[in-house]
Amino acid sequence: MRAPDARFRWRLLKGRLLEGVCLLAAAAACLPLFAFLWHVIREGAAALGADLLTKLPLPPGETGGGVKNAIVGSALTVGVATLVGAPVGVGAAVFTMEFARPRFAALIRFCCDTLSGVPSIVMGLLGYELFVKPVKHFSALSGALTLAFIMLPITVITTQEMLRLVPHTLREAGHALGLPAWRVALSISLRAAAPGVLTGVILAVARIAGETAPLLFTAFGNPFLSANLGEPVATLPHTIFVNSISPYEDWHRIAWGSALLLVIGVLGVTLLSRLVLRLRAGAK
Amino acid sequence: MAPRMADPKAPLPAPPGRLPDLLWRGATGLCALAIFAVLAATGAFLVRGSARAFAHHGFGFIFSDAWDPSGGHYGALAFLWGTAFTSVIALAVALPLGVLTAVWLVEIAPGWLRGPVGLIVEMLAAIPSVLLGLWGIFVLVPLVQKFQERVTAKFAGAPFIGRFFDGPPIGFGYLTAGLLVAIMILPVIVSVTREVLKTVPVIQREAAYGLGATRWEMIRLSVLPWGVQGIFGAGMLGLARALGETMAVTMVIGNTPQISASLHATGYTLASVIANEFAEAPDDLAISSLVSLGLILFLVTLVVNGAAQLMIRWLRKRAGGG
Repeated sequence: MRAPDARFRWRLLKGRLLEGVCLLAAAAACLPLFAFLWHVIREGAAALGADLLTKLPLPPGETGGGVKNAIVGSALTVGVATLVGAPVGVGAAVFTMEFARPRFAALIRFCCDTLSGVPSIVMGLLGYELFVKPVKHFSALSGALTLAFIMLPITVITTQEMLRLVPHTLREAGHALGLPAWRVALSISLRAAAPGVLTGVILAVARIAGETAPLLFTAFGNPFLSANLGEPVATLPHTIFVNSISPYEDWHRIAWGSALLLVIGVLGVTLLSRLVLRLRAGAK
Repeated sequence: MAPRMADPKAPLPAPPGRLPDLLWRGATGLCALAIFAVLAATGAFLVRGSARAFAHHGFGFIFSDAWDPSGGHYGALAFLWGTAFTSVIALAVALPLGVLTAVWLVEIAPGWLRGPVGLIVEMLAAIPSVLLGLWGIFVLVPLVQKFQERVTAKFAGAPFIGRFFDGPPIGFGYLTAGLLVAIMILPVIVSVTREVLKTVPVIQREAAYGLGATRWEMIRLSVLPWGVQGIFGAGMLGLARALGETMAVTMVIGNTPQISASLHATGYTLASVIANEFAEAPDDLAISSLVSLGLILFLVTLVVNGAAQLMIRWLRKRAGGG
């Protein structure tokens, strides 16, 4: 055997170099997440304290205060949105799996993909036209329903995928026992898929919990504590937006603190759910 | 028709649970209809809300670059430009970066790194836009400003390329907005490209190796040509996301309705003008004009997103059949 000639060595070297470029790209793609987390944790930890959770915002110029109103408002809007969006989304997914013909199912899927691609600010406009304009005032309910719209397609898509993992034979066994369709769906399909469906719903909740754009002119924001569905409420993402573009140092501090809260909630939940989904998909 | 033993006219004994079944079917069917209803309502209400603006301005609205609600001047062109320009910057950064990352993940990375690195990139998509905007204002903007001062500002007077670097280096503006959007669309580009590259038939890889190709040559000859449409689809999907990105862009783009090709310039996008001015719109005409900007954004994302979905669907089918 002859030693590899110069040309071959050049080809190998070129390959190594270009593979190195790919490695650099992958490293660069990971960088933003770490940079983001580093800053949020560093700045946020300094601002996170009992005050942030239990006090109301103070007027500009005064130091201190918290975002209790925004935490309550976020819980309220996201809670109501989930109560509306999750059952409807799961129901739609069940219909597609159990009753819809393949073409209709494909159409539903296409609409879900389309709907989840509609910018959330546009959904905010829908919320405004639908719920705010007729009654002429902003409200927590209008924000919650707009968030439910955003949650709907995401829930349908993940639930469908989870239902698809349930073996056909299980369902057929149910039918063979003479169970009515609703029992098969509830006690067999959904029950077998329950952990996955729940994880999917939690993912969707995490997604809407961080939404700001649809709330700008629906839930609107409120410097006072309110848990009234008919009134405007503050929400965490909206508070972060308003505080971060304000000129006040102390408001920036509060924005970072709230950001850390939201990151713990949203990213933590998302990470856990993704790991669960991965395990379930892998187990199949 | 199969022969029936019982008299066909006799009423069938209701099977147990027939009514609940019908109710079940109806209820879930209504849920499914809700999806169509929301989609249709979005279109219908946007059209209704923007009718007044279009009646007042005519279609010249789209081609006018004036925007001064207090003076009664409205035009969409500056925002169309801003949306297009930020999206182009974002794609120019995220597409090569995303494709190379996907290639690394599928072809080169050691097995134990693929999962974690993939997850890290996916987690980027979970960061709420407003948080990325916060990070943008306080971290990225100063960095970009330094970069502009030290590097790009030197090109300002140069022939041809000078126009891309006009203006003072303030950090806020198209470049920062484009970079933030790039971060946001990176995960979708990586995941779609990754999925497509994984479907490259093993035999095609083996053929390249059989001809004596090195690993990189195999990637270039067998993997990338197969993945080209997928990469295109990933770009389209990323573009659809980029067009509608709102909060982070609003926070760093500077919010000035002007048309400039300079990376240093501040601008405005369709989404960010709605986010910024809607709640303070002075009158119904201003609101209606903003809704019509929303309608334009809705239609554009619908087309781009629909095309991307069809493309990816076609690719999946090809991968399944071939």
